[in-house]
Amino acid sequence: MIDWEWPCAVRRRAFLGQGLGVAGLAAALCADDAAAGLQARATHSRPEAKQLIFLHMVGAPSQLDLFDNKPALRKHHGEECPAELLEGQRFAFLGKKPRLMGSPFGFQRFGESGLELSELLPQLGSVADKVSLVKTVYTSEFNHGPAQVFAHTGFGQQGRPSLGSWLSYGLGSLAQDLPAYVVLVTGLTAGGGSSLWGNGFLPSVHQGVRFRTKGDPVLYASNPSGVDRRARGRIIEDVVSLNRLRLNRVSDPEIATRIANYELAYRMQASVPGLMDLSHETAATLKDYGADPAKPSFANNCLLARRLIERGVRVVQLFDQGWDHHGGIATNLPRKARATDRPIAALIRDLDQRGLLDQTLVVFGAEFGRTPMLQGNRGTSGRDHHKDAFTYWMAGGGIQGGRVLGKTDDLGYFPVEDPVEIHDLHATILHQMGVDHEKLTYRHQGREFRLTDVSGRPLDRLF
Amino acid sequence: MKCRQQATVTTPDGQVGLAWCLPVLLCWVGIASAAEPHWAYQAPGDVDVPSVSLSPSGMSAVEIRNPIDLFVLSRLQREEIVPLGPAGRETLIRRVTLDLLGVPPTPSDIDRFLADRRPGAWERLVDRLLSSPRYGERWALPWLDAARFADSNGYQRDGRREAWGWRDWVIAALNDDMPFDQFTIEQLAGDLLPGAGIRERVATGFHRNTMANVEAGVDPEEERFLAVVDRVNTTATVWMGTTFECAQCHDHKYDPFSQKEYYGLFAMFNSTEAEIATAGSRRDFGGAMVRLPRSPYETSRARAAASTLQRLTADRKRLAAVLDDEQPAWESLVAERAAIPGWLKKILAIGAKRRKAAQVKRVRDYYRGLSADWTRLASEIKRWEAVVKRLAPATTLVMSELPRKRPTRLFERGDFLTPGESVSAGVPAVFPTLEPRAGQAEIDRLDLARWLVSGRHPLTSRVIVNRHWSEFFGRGLVATREDFGTRGAAPTHPGLLDWLASRWIRSGWSTKSLHRLLVTSGTYRRRSDAPVTLRERDPGNRFLARASRRRLPAELIRDNALSIAGLLSDKMHGPPVFPVQPSGVWNHIGVASNVWKTSQGEDLHRRGVYVYWRRTVPYPSFVSFDAPSREVCMVARSQSNTPLQALALLNDPVYAEAAGGLARQAAARHVETDPLPAARWLFRRATGRFPEQAEADILVGRFQAERARLVGDLQTTRVLLKSWLGRTKGSVEPADVSLVAWWHVANVVLNLDEVITRE
Repeated sequence: MIDWEWPCAVRRRAFLGQGLGVAGLAAALCADDAAAGLQARATHSRPEAKQLIFLHMVGAPSQLDLFDNKPALRKHHGEECPAELLEGQRFAFLGKKPRLMGSPFGFQRFGESGLELSELLPQLGSVADKVSLVKTVYTSEFNHGPAQVFAHTGFGQQGRPSLGSWLSYGLGSLAQDLPAYVVLVTGLTAGGGSSLWGNGFLPSVHQGVRFRTKGDPVLYASNPSGVDRRARGRIIEDVVSLNRLRLNRVSDPEIATRIANYELAYRMQASVPGLMDLSHETAATLKDYGADPAKPSFANNCLLARRLIERGVRVVQLFDQGWDHHGGIATNLPRKARATDRPIAALIRDLDQRGLLDQTLVVFGAEFGRTPMLQGNRGTSGRDHHKDAFTYWMAGGGIQGGRVLGKTDDLGYFPVEDPVEIHDLHATILHQMGVDHEKLTYRHQGREFRLTDVSGRPLDRLF
Repeated sequence: MKCRQQATVTTPDGQVGLAWCLPVLLCWVGIASAAEPHWAYQAPGDVDVPSVSLSPSGMSAVEIRNPIDLFVLSRLQREEIVPLGPAGRETLIRRVTLDLLGVPPTPSDIDRFLADRRPGAWERLVDRLLSSPRYGERWALPWLDAARFADSNGYQRDGRREAWGWRDWVIAALNDDMPFDQFTIEQLAGDLLPGAGIRERVATGFHRNTMANVEAGVDPEEERFLAVVDRVNTTATVWMGTTFECAQCHDHKYDPFSQKEYYGLFAMFNSTEAEIATAGSRRDFGGAMVRLPRSPYETSRARAAASTLQRLTADRKRLAAVLDDEQPAWESLVAERAAIPGWLKKILAIGAKRRKAAQVKRVRDYYRGLSADWTRLASEIKRWEAVVKRLAPATTLVMSELPRKRPTRLFERGDFLTPGESVSAGVPAVFPTLEPRAGQAEIDRLDLARWLVSGRHPLTSRVIVNRHWSEFFGRGLVATREDFGTRGAAPTHPGLLDWLASRWIRSGWSTKSLHRLLVTSGTYRRRSDAPVTLRERDPGNRFLARASRRRLPAELIRDNALSIAGLLSDKMHGPPVFPVQPSGVWNHIGVASNVWKTSQGEDLHRRGVYVYWRRTVPYPSFVSFDAPSREVCMVARSQSNTPLQALALLNDPVYAEAAGGLARQAAARHVETDPLPAARWLFRRATGRFPEQAEADILVGRFQAERARLVGDLQTTRVLLKSWLGRTKGSVEPADVSLVAWWHVANVVLNLDEVITRE
């Protein structure tokens, strides 16, 4: 909703002075929230990070096979699950008397910090000293869709603004030719759909913009057939001139915003295809990520994430589908790990080498984790949804690497030290970006809303 | 009385105080009832229309056409603001046509209005518009948002659902000017009306528009619980401008609603049939539905097809018997032949009695397949089965009450797994009382619906009138359209709101007469091109010294462009349509419904209200223009202004096509050498006014420059002719070059702010 009471003095044009040369046209006029809303703004505190990359593994990878080593679970592999753990619990698929499942994968220590990770993540191990694990995250949602929505909006039902929208709203944009908040997806879209990057009740200028990895990267960025860039430029020039005449006549600030947006659109038509074109990356870089420009992949998206960060995009959100391993974990998990371990490690290294890691917070996680109990038969065994303890990790953006926060019980079922709710993660991310999660609010339907609802505390032991 | 909550108390003068609930203090509800109740919970009283003196200078241009203007003027005089006079007639006819019908007036509509110089021309125009069938299609839009209507279930799988029968009911009811009390009762409880017919049952689709998660493993009871919660919250927002959802988990912090009262409302929605079918871990959405009536023609076609299919099936049965008789003889004949497949030879080697069922079937199918009659019959049957399926009556979702009520309990923290004390159906104490109707033990949905529109409820009429007001004036008299509670905005014109609300009830809840009243006011007819000084004096236009200047809603941006282009279909009702959208947008999880099968023919250019609405991936150019996802109730769309909107208008094929339609019309009027008259016509077709000199210069300049360029670039000319002007073959004539140059001009004009704005 546009805040019409916004004082004129703060309404300035963030986009003018570029492109088609209408600089100063509207500077004296009131703007609406859409243009003013994207101007970079002051933070509550000195930010450690200016930008965010959020890697969401859709479907929920097994923390017990990747991050949280449980020798006791291996020891009791195949035994019936202790009854007290099942009291009052809900499962999507498990039978009445589930058995425990030890990880079939080994763990080892990496880096100077000695961070313990699964053998499936050797590449992440190579940057282990940059990475800190949070092993005791829990959520209140139990099915994919609502849990995904919860992980991104702090609420289990669709309709609230996403983390990235809050950041765009709170911090504004750093990019001249691109939106503040970009979403990249590999595989099918997560069940939560576009709500996962939705603006909720915030002005829709703050919604995530989903770039596509094949076809047009931005919908409608390509001209209709028969129109080349120069013809498009001539058309936009006339649109701008005619809009300017109308602006002089009716003095509605919305027209000034629209003029600015036609200019940004024209710049985006030019910047977006170049951004998506990986052909100018060196062979070494492509190899490090495992990226192949000819084939859409998660590796390509990791590389694109770095390119978006370089171009000043505030929030880059990656989704990768295919982690819902109810069965066949012994083969499916290594396959997914191979496809993501290298590009993620390369991303951290690449950001670091370019001096971008200090200002970019990288977050890895999912909507929930997986059970210590086995689901299915031997050979096709997998794990069910688990909402009570799972792992996130963070790197860069002022996070001290090589640390572990939180401890789960011997079976990895519940936190025994430092339980961390999703709102705490959100509060931590906002904190690193210079935002006090209790002060970033928006008034809607009669009350002040915030991302962390009525809870959340920054995990200061990671700073 | 027990109280666990910290309460914030708003005193009548607007001070907010914080009170820790001590045992000696009564709970918040008690506090509220002890003090003067919040204005919105008191019924509107009789309001006198203020008298206004027009003596101040500068007021001479101000129109006073009905009592609305007196309320507004008296407030303006208090603020010492001089309002603007009426807009020009061209602006006015475009404004009111877009507002009432969602499509622009044609040049001849405008000419006719300009020529009508008799008194009452405006009222005649308004009456003509109110009787157009386009009215229901335009006014369905805000109601569909409020009702969270969509053609899919939402969530992970987001499969298709058939519910458009309800959407058509809404359009028809609006066109018929069904009184709002009846409109309400039929939608909330049509199934409970004595002698409910198909129409009343279809109406109840309103509350079947809730989302449904049918992800494998979902607990159907949890989904049912969430659907009931959504029905309570939606009812509260739509009819009472009240946000009840806080009270799902705890007593409301600001407004006088306890958690128990929340579940009192919940109880009325708690006894409908299950909607999610379970088979193992598999879940399917369904529940009560009705078959939509068909025309006698459709019925007779369906009957004929069914009997054809029946005859063919009988023929096949007879033939099967004959073939089965012949088969043993054939078997012994062919058993040794090399010409038959090896697998058959192997089976035939087994004695007929010792074959497995699958083997018996394989041999039998093989033998039958040798008969030409058999294969002909099989393909005929397949064809007629498809015909019968196609002619099957469409269905739509409805509410259906269980014979025995489900008991309702309060749920601790709003969690369906933690039931607390039993609750019986009831309405919050702050509102007028509600007793069950004669012969009923407990109040139900029908009692609730009748109570909402009884005329005694303090909120319903105000809330609905306020929403209609905001559609015409850009903001509500209460700015928080969704919240009339203590945290909502105070009304800018409380007397006017109450006067309109009471008058609407007395007029028999006629929405068309409400609309007529609003648009025949002088306030509605003001200019929107306000000087900067006036804008700065009142940036939000709270005091209505000018008219609002607003971008069209998403669906109407497309309707408007197609209408200007002469392409918009006026076909009404029926299943949703699938206009062109970029490929791959539906790359999404789901059941076997992920194919966006682009419509054919006129369905490509139907109005936006008929476009298929998928909750997780709505039609992308609507999304760019702030269309909601329709996942939950929405009574106030946001109005953004983004670069993605520019990209959509510039590059979405539908607008390139619309430019083609507009260019063809302009070219047909380009008979002289001078392009100016055609340029003027084109501009007027899109904006409703003739261009000024400077504007015309730009259009003519664009035409001439493009024509000069295209003469030397026949390749581009051909591509544009083929892509957007429907020209597939033939040589390029000078007239074709002009046509393509007009396409460029039309592309410019369709992107103008003015064209997507109602001024």
